[in-house]
Amino acid sequence: MGFLVAQFLSGLAHASSLFLVAAGLSIIFGVTRIVNFAHGSFYMLGAFVAYSLADRLSGALGFWGAVAGAAVFAGLLGVAVEVLLLRRLYRSPELFQLLATFGLVLVVQDLALAIWGPEDLLGPRAPGLEGIVRILGRPFPQYDLLLIALGPAVLGLLWLLFHRTRWGILVRAATEDREMTGALGVKQTRLFTSVLFLGTALAGLAGALQVPREAANLQMDINIVVEAFVVVVIGGMGSVAGAFLASLLIGQLQAFGILIFPQVTLVLVFLVMALVLVVRPYGLLGRPQAVPRAGHAPETPIAPASQGARIAWAAALAVLLALPLAVGDYALVVLTEVFVLALFASSLHFAMGPGGMVSFGHAAYFGLGAYGAGLLMKHLGAGMVPGLIAAPLAAGLGALVFGWFCVRLSGVYLAMLTLAFAQIVWSVAFQWYSVTGGDNGILGVWPAAWAAPKWAFYYLSLVLAGGGIYLLRRVIFSPFGYALRAGRDSPLRSDAIGIPVKRHQWAAFTLSGAAAGLAGGLYAYSKGSVFPNLISISTSVDALVMVLLGGVQTLTGPIVGAAVFHGLETEMVRHTDYWRLLLGVAIIAMVLVFPQGVVGALERLRPRRPGQAREEAVAR
Amino acid sequence: MTAAMTGHRTATVTGTGPGTGAGALLEVSELDAWYGRARILNQVDLAVARGEVVALLGRNGAGKSTTFRAIAGLVEQRSGRVSFAGTDVSRRASYEIARLGLGYVPEDRRIFTDLTVMENLEVGRQAPRNGAPSWTPERLFTLFPNLAEMRNRPGGRMSGGEQQMLTIARTLMGNPLLILLDEPSEGLAPRIVEMMANAILELKKEGLTVVLSEQNLHFAALVSDRAVIIETGAIRYRGTMAELAADEEVRRAYLTM
Repeated sequence: MGFLVAQFLSGLAHASSLFLVAAGLSIIFGVTRIVNFAHGSFYMLGAFVAYSLADRLSGALGFWGAVAGAAVFAGLLGVAVEVLLLRRLYRSPELFQLLATFGLVLVVQDLALAIWGPEDLLGPRAPGLEGIVRILGRPFPQYDLLLIALGPAVLGLLWLLFHRTRWGILVRAATEDREMTGALGVKQTRLFTSVLFLGTALAGLAGALQVPREAANLQMDINIVVEAFVVVVIGGMGSVAGAFLASLLIGQLQAFGILIFPQVTLVLVFLVMALVLVVRPYGLLGRPQAVPRAGHAPETPIAPASQGARIAWAAALAVLLALPLAVGDYALVVLTEVFVLALFASSLHFAMGPGGMVSFGHAAYFGLGAYGAGLLMKHLGAGMVPGLIAAPLAAGLGALVFGWFCVRLSGVYLAMLTLAFAQIVWSVAFQWYSVTGGDNGILGVWPAAWAAPKWAFYYLSLVLAGGGIYLLRRVIFSPFGYALRAGRDSPLRSDAIGIPVKRHQWAAFTLSGAAAGLAGGLYAYSKGSVFPNLISISTSVDALVMVLLGGVQTLTGPIVGAAVFHGLETEMVRHTDYWRLLLGVAIIAMVLVFPQGVVGALERLRPRRPGQAREEAVAR
Repeated sequence: MTAAMTGHRTATVTGTGPGTGAGALLEVSELDAWYGRARILNQVDLAVARGEVVALLGRNGAGKSTTFRAIAGLVEQRSGRVSFAGTDVSRRASYEIARLGLGYVPEDRRIFTDLTVMENLEVGRQAPRNGAPSWTPERLFTLFPNLAEMRNRPGGRMSGGEQQMLTIARTLMGNPLLILLDEPSEGLAPRIVEMMANAILELKKEGLTVVLSEQNLHFAALVSDRAVIIETGAIRYRGTMAELAADEEVRRAYLTM
């Protein structure tokens, strides 16, 4: 009994720190509509800064001074980020904002590495709360009792702030309808900046308060932000009370889940999130997101390739076919990877662009393909050809199952559910040691003898990846593709003319997953191994970066994006230890400079057909 | 009802002049607006004198709402001149325009559904302004008595008519010199329409300048001094309400369905 109570209480303590982070994330999302991936970075910086300050300040006040200082520091940094970066992105598509904040994650990671070094840093205990209390005979840290009290206290203070001050009322109004709030005379920039301060200061506070409980380390940021996303999505985005309920749920789930299913705690959390989203698509206390009003101009619809473009494609293909005669193995290996990534990016683009479904966890299907091939080899001794057939089948099957849930949602919720499924696949690959080998991965996944030479595998990848991309392209211009795009642009009208929108989306999601799986299978054989990190968030983000670099509403985009991204990454890793910093800065710069993607930006430079604007004006 | 209203009307009519020239409180010239590459407004000219009630009439999709949204700074792609109380506001952000005393009441009301009536009013609150009637929640509750009984009710749990009153009251909390009222009678029960007409006449008595858009000619005739007709984004007719009433040809060309 005492044990269960202690477990319950430690669940509550965890829930409190989770709530502080999630509340900040939710408030920021509510007002700015930006999903701040870098929120965990403020948490991590809070911990590091508190560690350093506590080192310099002394006495009982020193520790609490350090905690307060860290929170203020995180808040001020949040203000700087809002003023310098986010403010320029409020009109950009959601994903660009997400991407920019992910760039920020990379920058902060390397800066923290440069300042605090790679070692875990164990900070001081809280003065006066070093000891334990006995609860039903069980020892329990005094400090955790403080945390347990802190969660409801912060919830109460936030409630007062949002209901009893003019500032809070304006924030709630802006959460509901930004444009109307502005039309009533409220200056939004100041509101946004102050919201960023509050949200990031809460994250910094949570990080600082964590110092006596766990060593500050460089993995804190991603770990907490994924957990906080889950909490915010379960609670309902923008709802502080929902975040509180959800953090209690997740805190207890982890406290007791670890007793019952120690191997699958991660899966458990994401399963609960998936369940909640299926029953309540906008979270426990969330509400449907308002459709953005009078946002950006509609994109120009994608068109089949012109005569000139066909000739350019044929020429590029001819060059690629002749290339093994001219260049060495290293170039062939890099290009092979580019082909594979181009197929991966195109599969994601297919779901995002024509399908209108933003997958934030496309690595799941890439990984399912790779593991499909790898496991077949490991357990049945199958060769490359069956492996490459199994890869798209395994991934397609996964996408079929996950897609059934995903197409019920839209926008950020859909993105978060795809992320949840990817994390489930990742934790299975990572924790089911006996089958997948855990983080030791699967080794010896080599191509068949005939495909073993670098040039042979190069041709194989060119044919399969090129064929896959061509197939996706054909589908986009088939009747199915038109129906899919109609469903994306106007679900209600499409329904009304008899297009089963959800079923089309489901089929598109499955096809996209299968194509990603083929890419994953090819990738496994090109590397000779399969590891869980193929399914990690960063793989999903890589794919998103490639698609967004190229531009979502272009067909050439993902291919160009994959080439540019892989080229940059390969070069950076070769020349610097701080490649994440450079990559992060590059991502942020590109989001700021090319809000339409690289190919989109090039297309904008092209002169328009005369009379086009007029026709559209008449059609309106 | 009509007798009382006509009384108000004859007492406050300021003449039939179109309100052009330097004396105009709001002066719009050559206003264009686009959504994407589609042009919605085409060289709209409009001048409103202090204290006037002007009706902007036209069919669905004629460009009434876009005219208001463009004046209020809510249409990103716009060009032309909009001057308000002597200030050029054609390139200003919507919050700056609102702070100069130009109030905007949207057609679809856009009440903050999570906020109570009092909180909705608080969002609209601005400091008192010289030359403009000054409003408090209590004064607004005498204008719209229905609202007084539901101060702490969330906006989402109000009827359409109550929301329409609240959206006007919310804009009035900014103590504006002029309000743009987008289709105030749309979708309301006849009894509420009558209350709305009385409220607008009351506002006129307070000295507020009102530009309202309407498809309901009868309602517009009850409250307005002048009429301006818009069709496919361009102004087609200007005249006093009495002149429009006499001109069946114009009404048939631009207003009847």
